[in-house]
Amino acid sequence: MELKDKLISSFLAFENTVDVDAPVHDIRSQAIKVFEEKGFPTKKEEAWKYTSLNAVLKHDYSIFPKEENALEFKDIKKFFLHDLDTYKIVFIDGKYSSHLSETTHDKIDVCLMSSALSHDKYKPLIDNYFNKVARQDGLTSLNTAFSKEGAYIYIPKNRLADKPIQIIHFSTGKESAQMLQPRNLIIVEENSHVQIIERHQSLTNNPVLTNSVTEIFVDNRAIVDYYKIQNDNEQASLIDNTYIQQQAQSVASVHTFAFGGNMTRNNLNFFQQGEGIDSILNGITIIEGKQHVDHNTLVHHTEPNCESHQDYKGIFDEKATGVFNGKIIVNKEAQKTNAFQSNNNILLSDKATINSKPQLEIFADDVKCSHGCTIGQLDENALFYMRSRGIGEKEAKALMMYAFANNVLESVKIPQLKTRINKLIANKLNVNIGFDL
Amino acid sequence: MLKIKDLHASVEDKEILKGLNLEVKAGEIHAIMGPNGAGKSTLANIIAGKEEYEVTGGGIHLDGEDIEELAAEERAHKGVFLSFQYPVEIPGVTVTNFMKTAINETRKAQGLEEMPAKDMLKKIREKSELLEIDRKFLSRSLNEGFSGGEKKRNEIFQMAMMEPKLAILDETDSGLDIDALRIVANGVNKLKGKDNAIVVITHYQRLLEYIVPDFVHVLYDGKIVKSGTKELALELEEKGYDWIKEEINA
Repeated sequence: MELKDKLISSFLAFENTVDVDAPVHDIRSQAIKVFEEKGFPTKKEEAWKYTSLNAVLKHDYSIFPKEENALEFKDIKKFFLHDLDTYKIVFIDGKYSSHLSETTHDKIDVCLMSSALSHDKYKPLIDNYFNKVARQDGLTSLNTAFSKEGAYIYIPKNRLADKPIQIIHFSTGKESAQMLQPRNLIIVEENSHVQIIERHQSLTNNPVLTNSVTEIFVDNRAIVDYYKIQNDNEQASLIDNTYIQQQAQSVASVHTFAFGGNMTRNNLNFFQQGEGIDSILNGITIIEGKQHVDHNTLVHHTEPNCESHQDYKGIFDEKATGVFNGKIIVNKEAQKTNAFQSNNNILLSDKATINSKPQLEIFADDVKCSHGCTIGQLDENALFYMRSRGIGEKEAKALMMYAFANNVLESVKIPQLKTRINKLIANKLNVNIGFDL
Repeated sequence: MLKIKDLHASVEDKEILKGLNLEVKAGEIHAIMGPNGAGKSTLANIIAGKEEYEVTGGGIHLDGEDIEELAAEERAHKGVFLSFQYPVEIPGVTVTNFMKTAINETRKAQGLEEMPAKDMLKKIREKSELLEIDRKFLSRSLNEGFSGGEKKRNEIFQMAMMEPKLAILDETDSGLDIDALRIVANGVNKLKGKDNAIVVITHYQRLLEYIVPDFVHVLYDGKIVKSGTKELALELEEKGYDWIKEEINA
């Protein structure tokens, strides 16, 4: 059976596991219809021209985890930022692991989507926010239809989340192939601040397909820093759909570190709904083999005096392929918008590919919008210069790649995370450079 | 120390060095002069190990060892240093971090421990004072936004840090005003000892007033066509290169 058909017929079984009388279920029922109609995107769609899901969709995924699987912290410690005190929301094969998690309801809520969807206490917020910014495309609707579990984070106004929050999804590979559809809802009210780190990690080589949806609401003057670590193994594919709605004078930043995985597609969408907003989208992609990473960004400016800053760096080796499609829309009312976009790429091999495409739709006349894209190789003269100072070829190349990605790394605000990313890069490049840039 | 014998080299099938001979002993300073396009920078780059040049004949020996097959970094580990005519800008890597990496990579290759941070800082301080380099300069990205003079001074600072056995200064004087020239020359002279050697490649005699060579060679059309002492440099300054071309073509 085709995956699409299998998913649609699984919906009935899914309904046995949730409260079908809850208002959310109307949203789910509606969403499965949308998915039935739209299905999975194909290369015929402009936004999917360079990314094919065909190979990923041909596995016979299990849709629901059959049993609860446990993991010992010591075996998976390395996937956590363990040298930093954080809240943790951990899922194993899509199921919440209370054993590995550390949640809270003290002043802020850091907990589970399943409890937020089933307790009356959360109902007003769920009614207000759930599925309100997510788009109604096939993939998002599919996730909405099966939305049941994920992270729920609520920071009421004038609160500083006292420590960063890690959201980690593990797949154990107990199923021969598994599909996961986490659904996250993050609400940050006026003047509040939160830092979130998200990671997906497969522990075996059995295929995993994650179709994740995250909605983030950033109220007036609130600040959200979101970090995505995508360093999964070569059988794990990820479609990340993130929707951020920002109100006046808020600042939201998303850093995406795409260092591995089979196929990774990031649909990152910012919707600005007030004045004085800043949206920041940064990314470092370093991939090799036959890995594929596609960054599809959208920033929609609707009000005056707002900014957006996009800086994506990519390094592609062997037969790796990359896509960057950055769309900026500036409405006619959004005068004095400053929108910047830059996408720089290094191809280390003749067989690596990058498709980079800026897409600017500007309807206001008093704006500053700039975009730049470069694709190049490592500078041979710079390599010779470093080597003539005694730095080996491999190290010299790594140093240049570090330097290339440095300004994105510099904007990481959690020092322990910056150190970790530095180490991940050093591991990837197989070098040990004696300092952090 | 350095022995170059009948060296032929080409780039993209164009022969640039056509049988060059040169011998440099420890404790000596040699100047190589010559008109544009004679092959001066090619020679410097070949000694330092740049791969785009193809050596088609002859050889280069350092302390009796044929270094032709060695990579640029391996030559650096053996004490070869090139002060670049056009130092490369490397955004994101500070001067200090670059030097730390260069010195520790070299020490690793020589089987030594990494230099303790305290010693490294002391050395950086001493050598930057020698070249009259502002401390702030050291935390800037390597060569990025440096003026021509700052780049050259930074090259000699790196030379002071690396303490090479054989230093080749490729047109280090170009782009320097007279004060910077004096500082650079003073630095080079302080670094000179009986165990190391310096090859100065230059167009003009000006630098040689400050760094006094033991021997002066004229490189023309891929060969050393005339050698002498420092007086030869003065003669070249006065008369230009035409008389040498005539001598050869005669």
